[in-house]
Amino acid sequence: MSVLSVFFVFLYYVATAILFVGLGYRIWVYFKTPAPLKIPTTPAPTTVGGVVLRMTREVTLFESLFKSNKWIWLFGWLFHFGLLLVLLRHLRYVTEPVWWWVTMLQPFGKYASFAMVLGLLGLLARRIVVDRVRYISSPSDFLMLLLLLGIGLSGMLMTFASKADIVSLKEFLFGMMSFDLQPFPGQPVLVIHMLLVALLMIVFPFSKLLHAPGVFFSPTRNQVDNPREKRHVASWAAKLESGKR
Amino acid sequence: MADFDVPKIKEDIIVPKIHPGIMEQSGPFVAKPEHQKDLGYPEKLLDNWQEAAIEKMGELLKKYRSLKVFMDSCVKCGACTDKCHYYLGTSDPKNMPVARQDLFRKVYRRYFTLAGKYFPKLVGAVDLTEDVLDDWYNYYHQCSECRRCSVYCPYGIDTAEVTMAAREVMASVGKGQKYSNEIIGKVYKIGNNLGLPEPALIDTLEGLEEEVFEDTEVEVKYPVDKKGVEVLLITPSADFFAEPHVDGLIGYGKVFHQAGISWTLSSKASEAANFGLFIGSYENMRRIALRIREAAIELGVKRIIFGECGHAWRVAYSFLNTLAGPWDFLDQRYPIPQHIIEFTYDLIQKDKLKLDPSENDHMTLTFHDSCNVARGSRMGDKPGGQFELPRAVIKAVCNNYVDMRPDTIGEGTYCCGGGGGLLTDDLMEVRVKGALPRMTALGQAVEEMGVTHMAAICAICKSQFSKVLPYYGFTMDQIVSVHQLVSNAILLEPGQKNEPGSNSDD
Ligand code: SF4
Ligand code: SF4
Repeated sequence: MSVLSVFFVFLYYVATAILFVGLGYRIWVYFKTPAPLKIPTTPAPTTVGGVVLRMTREVTLFESLFKSNKWIWLFGWLFHFGLLLVLLRHLRYVTEPVWWWVTMLQPFGKYASFAMVLGLLGLLARRIVVDRVRYISSPSDFLMLLLLLGIGLSGMLMTFASKADIVSLKEFLFGMMSFDLQPFPGQPVLVIHMLLVALLMIVFPFSKLLHAPGVFFSPTRNQVDNPREKRHVASWAAKLESGKR
Repeated sequence: MADFDVPKIKEDIIVPKIHPGIMEQSGPFVAKPEHQKDLGYPEKLLDNWQEAAIEKMGELLKKYRSLKVFMDSCVKCGACTDKCHYYLGTSDPKNMPVARQDLFRKVYRRYFTLAGKYFPKLVGAVDLTEDVLDDWYNYYHQCSECRRCSVYCPYGIDTAEVTMAAREVMASVGKGQKYSNEIIGKVYKIGNNLGLPEPALIDTLEGLEEEVFEDTEVEVKYPVDKKGVEVLLITPSADFFAEPHVDGLIGYGKVFHQAGISWTLSSKASEAANFGLFIGSYENMRRIALRIREAAIELGVKRIIFGECGHAWRVAYSFLNTLAGPWDFLDQRYPIPQHIIEFTYDLIQKDKLKLDPSENDHMTLTFHDSCNVARGSRMGDKPGGQFELPRAVIKAVCNNYVDMRPDTIGEGTYCCGGGGGLLTDDLMEVRVKGALPRMTALGQAVEEMGVTHMAAICAICKSQFSKVLPYYGFTMDQIVSVHQLVSNAILLEPGQKNEPGSNSDD
C-alpha cells in the first residue's frame, strides 16, 4: 500500500476515535453536571411532552433564531439542512446494498450542497460586514466557516465536475470498517476533501461545534415549567440541606 | 441634570454602531469589608485572587449545568447582539450579551479547554489579569440579569447565568458589590432590604391604616406578626413607604379586606426580594428564602402570597420550593406560593370584588412586563399566564388600557434598566441609558395612543422608573402599581369588618 493509503487509514481511525470518544466524554460531563435550579426561559411548557415539542421545534425549525434575526436564521437553516441532506446522501458510500431511501434522496442530496454553501457564504458575509458580529469573532470562527466551505466546495467539485472514483473509495471505506485494508484512491480533490473532513472530525469535540449536543442539555430549553408542583433538588443542594436547616 | 449624555428618544428603537470602551469606566462601588464578612466572603481582594478565582470557576462549572453548557455552546452567530437594552442604550459592544459572556468564556477557554491552553490566540482565550477582572467587575454590573438574550439565542444561552457566576466568583475572591451585599446584610440583621426595624414597620402600617380610614371610612387592617391567620403576605419592603409602591400595598389590604380573608405581614420576613439571586449565590439565596419558611411556621399560616416584585417572584415561583420546601404544612388547595395578582384575579373571576373601573377614567394605562416575571416565572396554570393575568386585573379596574408595541412586551419585554442589583445611584448612567428602549416604546404609546400612565408589578421597576422617567421628559408619577389601580377602583362598604379566620374565597 502506498504511503498515502497508510496515512489515510491511520488518520481516519484516529479521527473517528477522537470524534466519538471526545463527544461521548462531553455528553457524559453535561449529563452528570447537575442543574440545581429551575431556569426554563418562560413561557415554557408545563409537561415533558411539551418540552419534547419545544426542543423539536428548536432543532428542526430553529424557532428562537427565527424570532431573533431572519437573515441568520435563513443562512443557518440553509446550511444545516443542506448539510443534513448531504450527509444522508453520503450514507451510500458506507452501505451495501445502498438503502432505498438513501437512493431516493440522491438527487436532492446533490443539490442540497448548493444550499449548504450558500448558507455558509451568507454567514461568512455577516461575520465580515456586520460590525457587531465582526467584533465578537475570533480567528477560529472564520476558520471554521472556511473549513466547512472547503469541504462543501471540494465535494461539489467531485459531484458536478471531476467525478471521484467512487468504486475504489467505497472499497477503501469498507476495508477500514472490516479491518481488511484497501488502497486509497489518490485523486487530488478527494485527498483534499477527505483531509478537511478528518480535520473537522478531530476539532469537533474541542470547538464550538459542541453546540450540537449542547442544545439538548440547555436548561433554559429542556426544563419543564413546574417548580411549584414538583420539588426539584440537585444532589449537591440536597447535601447542603441535610447539613442544617 | 446629569453628568453624562442622556440619550434622546428617537422615533424607533435603533441598533447603534459599536463604540468600544465607551462604558469601560462605569462600575459600582466595591463592597466594604463588613459587607463582605456578613455574607461569608473574604473582606478584601485576596493576595492569590487569581488562583482562587480559577478554582471557584472550576467549582461552579461542576455545579451548574447551565454554565458548563453555555460556555461550550455559543457559536458567535450574533443573534443576541442587538437584544440587550444596555447595548442599545450605550453602544458599548461589551454590553452585547455574547460579548458579556465572552469576558468569562475567554478565561474559561484559557484554563479549562485544550484549545485555549495550546492555541489561545486562535480561539480568543486570555489570562485572568487585573484588567480582565476590572472588565468583569464593570460589565457584569451592567447586566440586569433580565434574560432577554436567552429568548433569542438558538441554544437558550442565558447571559444572566454567566453574570451570576462571574459575580459569585468575584465576591468569593473579595471583590463583591457594595449595593447588593450591604442589602443582604440588612436582611440578615433586620429582616428587610431597607433596614426598617420592627417598631418602625408597625408604626408605618398604623399610619397606613389611619390614612385608608380617612379616605374610605373603612377600617382596613395592615397587620404584622398576627398568628393563626390564613395568609402570610411577603412583599418588597419598598411597599412600606416608597411611591408608588405603597399605594399598591394599600390595594392588597383592601382586596384582603373585601374578600374577608385574614392575613398578616411578618417582621422576620418583611422583604420579598432575594438579592442572593443577583450575586449568584445559592447559599445566600437559600438562607434568605428560609426566613420565609420560619415565619410561615411561627405564624401558623395556611397560605403564602407574594406582593408586586419581579425578581422576588422569580425566586418565589421558580426556586422557593427548591430552596425552602417542602411546603407540606400549607393548604395544598392553593398554589405555593401564590402571586397577589393570581389572588386578585381569582377573586375577580368569582365576582368577589366590588369594582368601579370608572374611578381610573382619568388615566390611559399601559403595562410594563417586568423581565423576571415575564421570562423566569409564570402565573396561573397556563404558560403565558404571567402576561394575561396582570392585564386581566388591570382591565377589570380600568376602562382605558392599551399595550405598547408587541416586540417590547411579553417575552420580548425590555428591562426597566435597574434590575439585577443595579438599582443604585453609583450606576445612574447605566440605568438611564439602559431604560432607553422601554422609554422609546412608552413614548410611542403616549404619542400614538394617548397613554398617560404605565403600570408595573415590580418594586425595582417602580423605583427605577420614578427616577428615570424625568430624564426622558416624562414625570415620575406616570409609573403606577397595579394594585394602586385596584385600590382606586375597589368599593369598600363602611362598616364591613375584616373578620379574622373567616375563609370565604372558595
Ligand atoms: S445568540 Fe447565542 S449562540 Fe448566538 S452569539 Fe448570542 S449567545 Fe452565542
Ligand atoms: S440578561 Fe439582560 S441585561 Fe444581561 S446581557 Fe442579557 S439582555 Fe443584557
